[in-house]
Amino acid sequence: MQKILIQRIINFGWQNFKRQKPLALATTSVLILSTTLISGLFLFHGISGKVIDLLKERADLSIYFLTEVSEQEILKIKEDLSQFPEIKSIKYVSREEALERFIERHKKTPFLMEALSEVGENPLQASLNVKTFQAHQYAAVASFLENAPFKNLIDKVNLYQNQRIIEKIFSISSTLKRIGILLSLILAAITILVVFSLIRLSIFASREEISIMKLVGAPNLAIKGPFLVQGAIAGILATFFAFLLTFLFCFTFSSKVSIVFPGFNLFGFFLSNLWLIFLFQLFSGVGLGILSSLFAIRKYLEQ
Amino acid sequence: MKEVSFEVEKGEFLSVVGRSGAGKTTLLKLLLAEEKPSLGKIFFENKDLSQIVDFSKYRQKLGVIFQDYRLLSSKTVYENVAYVLEIMGYPDQEIQKNVSQVLQLVGLEKKADNFPRQLSGGEQQRAAIARALIHRPEVILADEPTGNLDPYHTREVISILEKINQMGTTIILATHNQEIISSLKKRAISLDRGKLIQDNKKGSFIL
Repeated sequence: MQKILIQRIINFGWQNFKRQKPLALATTSVLILSTTLISGLFLFHGISGKVIDLLKERADLSIYFLTEVSEQEILKIKEDLSQFPEIKSIKYVSREEALERFIERHKKTPFLMEALSEVGENPLQASLNVKTFQAHQYAAVASFLENAPFKNLIDKVNLYQNQRIIEKIFSISSTLKRIGILLSLILAAITILVVFSLIRLSIFASREEISIMKLVGAPNLAIKGPFLVQGAIAGILATFFAFLLTFLFCFTFSSKVSIVFPGFNLFGFFLSNLWLIFLFQLFSGVGLGILSSLFAIRKYLEQ
Repeated sequence: MKEVSFEVEKGEFLSVVGRSGAGKTTLLKLLLAEEKPSLGKIFFENKDLSQIVDFSKYRQKLGVIFQDYRLLSSKTVYENVAYVLEIMGYPDQEIQKNVSQVLQLVGLEKKADNFPRQLSGGEQQRAAIARALIHRPEVILADEPTGNLDPYHTREVISILEKINQMGTTIILATHNQEIISSLKKRAISLDRGKLIQDNKKGSFIL
């Protein structure tokens, strides 16, 4: 008996949705707009996370040693440094390797090649390439190097410039995260208000019907249910369209985003998070729809 | 209203008479629990109405006919009549059968798919009667069901109510139509300015 009642409530909701087309259209449009924007913020969050990962991967600290320092000495320092818990990895680049890389990179620049052959011997320095777990830990490593017992072997530490970029990205990303959450909340609140008002108008128009339903013995659930179903249907439809819009957006702008952030594939990101994005949109769309209906009808059901 | 005290037996046909403003509608609203008495008690099958928390089950035992019809404007005649059975959880087949039977009884089988705004006053009233009967309620409360009808339709509506009464349903009919009361020859109580002034078994009354 409960099951058949629920089926009928869904039917009533669907019937109301079909018979009140302007309302259905308005509610669905608002939900499409906000669901798309909220998932846009979600995508943006994903993108910034990926980009930071990419940059973090590239960030490092290079210690260049004077050319007269021997390989054993450098490897000893490498061993000492690897004791630090902050350090994720250290890579040794010998003078020969550095030269090979230089030639590889600049072999199409005859002017540099000529200059190199004019110098005669290998002018490049051996270096240690250090990566830490966290960006702020580079500063600690750098300050240790400044006072290290082997500091007279070091020619220069290439850190300060990188560090500033990293810190900037981090502060931007955490600000973005905060703004994103705030924007999502504001957007959700606006949606609830707008959809709430729309559904409330419809409920206001049907307040006479609501009172009749009560008088002929309809339980509250049978009166409230169809309005909630109406909200949910608008949410489901909105999810469908929002998903389509997000798909089209990612598909169209993927190549453009790759130009700005090399190595980042927006459409690939969309595809690999397909279900997550869909569920996210479904929950926000249907949730907003039902929540708005719930707020709107509460007042009219007091006995 | 004050000093109104009476009892209605199962299967009785009771008319509530009185001038406009005498309190007939208020009395029916009290019986329907649409309004609560500030003083005094109303019992239905020995149960005190003021003790009921959820009125939906109680109201499902009643059938109501309003003077202004009060059909659900967004639903068709068929859906209006089927509504009570639907919320009571009857199976679809039974609903279909009963609704077409009742629509036939009130002569609206051809208007089943029309919306209330597409019907005349008499047709709307008959649809409202069909809605009140459909779930075979124990009591039918009818508030001036003939108030907006011509003499022909008035007789028709009253004869439908009599038929239902003969099948065992208790009827409480509020009206100010003297002819109806005289022709019914059934118990009538008279109200005046909110007071019960007469309880007459034979159907004569004073306005």
